[in-house]
Amino acid sequence: MSSLAATEDHVTREPAKVIQPAWVRVMHWINALAMILMIMSGWQIYNASPLFGFTFSRSITLGGWLAGALLWHFAAMWLLMINGFAYLIVGLATGRFRKKLLPITPNGVLADLKAALALKLAHDDLSTYNYVQRLLYAGIIVVGVVIVLSGLSIWKPVQFHYLTALFGGYDVARYVHFVCMSLICLFLIVHVALAILVPKSLRAMIIGR
Amino acid sequence: MGRKRSSLIPGVDKRLLIKDAVKVMPDLTRRRFIATGASLGALTLLTGCDVLDSDSAEQMLAQVSKFNDAVQSWIFNPNTLAPTFPESAITKPFPFNAYYDLDDAPEIDGKDWKLEVRGLVDNKKSWTLDELYKLPQVKQITRHVCVEGWSAIGSWTGTPLRDFLGLIGADTRARYVWFQCADKDGYNSPLDMASALHPQTQMTFRFADEILPRAYGFPMKIRVPTKLGFKNPKYVISMEVTNEYKGGYWEDQGYNSFSGN
Repeated sequence: MSSLAATEDHVTREPAKVIQPAWVRVMHWINALAMILMIMSGWQIYNASPLFGFTFSRSITLGGWLAGALLWHFAAMWLLMINGFAYLIVGLATGRFRKKLLPITPNGVLADLKAALALKLAHDDLSTYNYVQRLLYAGIIVVGVVIVLSGLSIWKPVQFHYLTALFGGYDVARYVHFVCMSLICLFLIVHVALAILVPKSLRAMIIGR
Repeated sequence: MGRKRSSLIPGVDKRLLIKDAVKVMPDLTRRRFIATGASLGALTLLTGCDVLDSDSAEQMLAQVSKFNDAVQSWIFNPNTLAPTFPESAITKPFPFNAYYDLDDAPEIDGKDWKLEVRGLVDNKKSWTLDELYKLPQVKQITRHVCVEGWSAIGSWTGTPLRDFLGLIGADTRARYVWFQCADKDGYNSPLDMASALHPQTQMTFRFADEILPRAYGFPMKIRVPTKLGFKNPKYVISMEVTNEYKGGYWEDQGYNSFSGN
């Protein structure tokens, strides 16, 4: 019966039932693809001059060698930047960021974090994000902006030297870029694990409801 | 569209018709979920193997790299100077970097060496080192950025390339200045004219106020602080002003040709 109701809603296009609108879903998966291409090629680029005492196994990198990885990195960057920029514009213009991600209160985050760690955090209503989700989703948008800006300052330390200086110079910008990549990877682990734990959230990101 | 709409059964409410049709269909949302899932799988498959390793992917990447050349050429501001640093910021020791060991670096006798000048220039005479040393020189302390990611700050002294291009009557409307070097396997690299005319682009004869050592390109290096290191050729033996893109040692292997900082 409930499935019939859902299909009727689909026919009459009841907007309240759409958890993830089409533009969010399309941009989410384009971003997912772009991020994976950027991270894997970025690891190969890192290997050419490691910042720390380790390198990434070539089995998980993209491009084969430095030149190939750079070609991938500077191709996927367009996908990431154009899609990300459009996402920011639409997210702000439609008020989605404000409605979905705000407010973020310390008390709310603490309460929801405790509930989450006790595995008592409810996911009944996917249309409303809890405080931990709000913090993570807002945070990862900020990290996304910083990784693009630090990337630009590494790419163009002369033409964009003010931006590079803002990051504390070329060498520091490389570390900022790396730390942002690490934060995105950590986010990805939590994000994918929770999507698997709450499959209907994955479903909503694919078909919208 | 108009014709299709008019061909619907007259007297039947379209909404009710769709509702009835939906009832006899299997769960729509599930069908759509599977369909979308299948296309995502196809995408993963494509990006996972076929596209990644195929010639079409390489062609696509080469096209994007050419597009990135154009974008960088557009971003390039001939009046934007590379940041300069105090003496205290100089990296010591400044790294030697090449695709060979220092022992294999060219050993050039400055007395025999001559800079050959070719292409779209009025005066094609070759230049001895003594003649070049007599030209006015300026010093710059700038950051050398390697395509690998590391960087080092060095002190370079020499003649601005644009002054030399003026001196030899080069056609500065030409597209490139192409350099050939004495490195083994014949290093070469093209430099776009806008970058060649940048005030900080230099024919370098001294490093850290000493005659340019063998490690850094004796007798002459082209220092281009607006470019990645591999576009700063060492052991230069000739320059050619040309409209033709002649490729370069690393450029031909896939490194982005403009590679501007």
